[in-house]
Amino acid sequence: MSGRGGRTITVDTLARVEGEGALYIKMAGDRVADVKLKIYEPPRLFEAFLRGRHFSEAPDITARICGICPIAYQMSAIHAIERALGIKIAPEVRLLRRLFYCGEWIESHALHVYMLHAPDFLGYADVIEMARDHREVVEKALRLKKIGNRIVQLVGGREIHPISAAVGGFHKTPSKRQLRELVSDLEWALEASLETVRFTSTLQFPDFEQDYEFVALRHPEEYPFCEGRLVSNRGVDIDAAEYEDCFTEFHVKHSNALHSMVRGRGSYLVGPLARFNLNFEKLPEVARKAALGVGLKPPVKNLFRSIVVRAVELVFACAEALRIIAEYEPPDAPRVESPNRTGVGQAITEAPRGILYHRYAIDEHGLIVTAKIVPPTSQNQKQIEDDLREYAAQLAAWPLEEATWKCEQAVRCYDPCISCATHFLKVVIERE
Amino acid sequence: MSSESKRKGKAKAGATSSPPARPKPKIGVFKFASCDGCQLSLLDAEDELLGVVGAVEIAYFPEATRTMLKGPYDIGLVEGSITTHHDAERIQEVRRKCTTLITIGACATAGGIQALRNWKDVDELIRVVYATPQFISTLKLSTPIAEHVPVDFELRGCPINKYQLIELISATLAGRKPNIPTYSVCMECKRKANVCIAVARGIACLGPVTQAGCGALCPAYDRGCYGCYGPMETPNTASLTGQFRILGQTDDQVSRAFRSFNAWAWQFRKASEECKRV
Repeated sequence: MSGRGGRTITVDTLARVEGEGALYIKMAGDRVADVKLKIYEPPRLFEAFLRGRHFSEAPDITARICGICPIAYQMSAIHAIERALGIKIAPEVRLLRRLFYCGEWIESHALHVYMLHAPDFLGYADVIEMARDHREVVEKALRLKKIGNRIVQLVGGREIHPISAAVGGFHKTPSKRQLRELVSDLEWALEASLETVRFTSTLQFPDFEQDYEFVALRHPEEYPFCEGRLVSNRGVDIDAAEYEDCFTEFHVKHSNALHSMVRGRGSYLVGPLARFNLNFEKLPEVARKAALGVGLKPPVKNLFRSIVVRAVELVFACAEALRIIAEYEPPDAPRVESPNRTGVGQAITEAPRGILYHRYAIDEHGLIVTAKIVPPTSQNQKQIEDDLREYAAQLAAWPLEEATWKCEQAVRCYDPCISCATHFLKVVIERE
Repeated sequence: MSSESKRKGKAKAGATSSPPARPKPKIGVFKFASCDGCQLSLLDAEDELLGVVGAVEIAYFPEATRTMLKGPYDIGLVEGSITTHHDAERIQEVRRKCTTLITIGACATAGGIQALRNWKDVDELIRVVYATPQFISTLKLSTPIAEHVPVDFELRGCPINKYQLIELISATLAGRKPNIPTYSVCMECKRKANVCIAVARGIACLGPVTQAGCGALCPAYDRGCYGCYGPMETPNTASLTGQFRILGQTDDQVSRAFRSFNAWAWQFRKASEECKRV
């Protein structure tokens, strides 16, 4: 549909993302007139129907927001509720939750790096087509993903919507012997992840650096999962309880997912790039060396390099899982009892795609009075639109079809989870 | 084509003039209101995935591929429930394009967790979540696919069991009945030799009325079944409700137990409404 000097880039169904979305870009000559990331995933209204449910049901219900990252939902819900009720968990449970999260990161990152994202760089429509030429690569990816899933299965009972995580701990905790069985697979996975760092670093990246505000958790000793302060490279340094004072959500007509911004400033970026840039020194040595070995050091400002950062996080997650398994002792009791009290609690944890905020108010019967959930993709939504405004302008001279594919790829760098943000990616570039 | 000549070359002695290779059956995966978990089960079948994609043509599966081939499709896998006018129209079109239509998961089969809206005023719920409710267009009810179009098989579970999915696809392609049991979770529990947590420890468990398929997971993790596979073939919910009361559960608790991921399945719906009325 390119006319003289203006055009529209439309991707009606964004593929290889989780959920349903579309991208619409209107160009007037070299100038980008409008960018809309349309999320038409039907609203499912979780925050509304959590009201009146018992707090113990929240981990199972919120897991159903997303089949790709149910553990993130369970962890944010559980930590927020524990805070509301003043529950202190056993140190062994804390470790086991980190291991649980390692499993989800390995599964989710392996899926995204190899099956959803790599085909863009290698020029395939999908992983199935890629498997015809690179069967060993795909088999390795599947094995890596499976190892992540095995951790989740062992700790949580099953891969999708695990059943063991509970307020106060777990319904049942694994034995030392059960966890030890994962060691040889994880040692293989660590090597495979190191290879993944090398492989992804050889891909061709467009020259596209932006001046982002990176937002991630920061913990004094560890690469973050469930704890720490929320920080940014522009001075945010807050507790989860202050999140809503510092960030605000707003509703735009073209999306069933709410947009977020830093109050008084604008868009910000959450996810692997933000975590890496703000926590590089907290990575274990093996992951830091792997990053430096391929010339990756903070600040990484090129969104397309997020595939390499995800690979570095794979190294971290495998190394961390091995460390935890070596130290693990089962807790005396799988979980601590919840007291009868009212309260309000907030928590932020690092989903594979970035920070996930939950807040709950609980009444004297243990029922949820109000709930608020801010998923990572809805936080990145405004940044995605801002990025595309810049990126589409750079592509103004490109043939429409290629420009459209490039824009679609840029969105995929975010590993957007549209089921989470409400969820399918569809790109339109209109040139006038 | 050269492959044609190769085939001819191989098909020598005895074979009559070799028929052209039968085209692979085409599979489409369609998403409605859902969490994506059930379609992810297909990608989670890591050991079987390359075998499956060797046997079929993945013609439409946006979560995994940019390739979107036009129908008709031999098998359509439908995930998610119907919650918008647009989706209510889209499912009609999907049905027309699919020879066999299979719903996967609790959303497509029973309306999903989002069917909790069905007992509330949806406009009020939207006001809770969205600042500008007039931007949101949604139906009052979240309904299963079978309320809109004929469905050939409903695979239960929140999420589905990936091995049941592979069995179902294999059976459909072979034209046989899939081996998917409709008995209760109790049967799986007995086979695993789990001690009954309801009898021995007085834990409220939906196992007796819930269809098998999960492998009796929750009881094995020391918690009661919460019914994510939906009602079994002939559930005696009234008897279980009585049992829950003996365990000291309030009407509200019993009602909530039936109102989760399969709340709109009629057997669970009826059970939840009956205990509310008492």
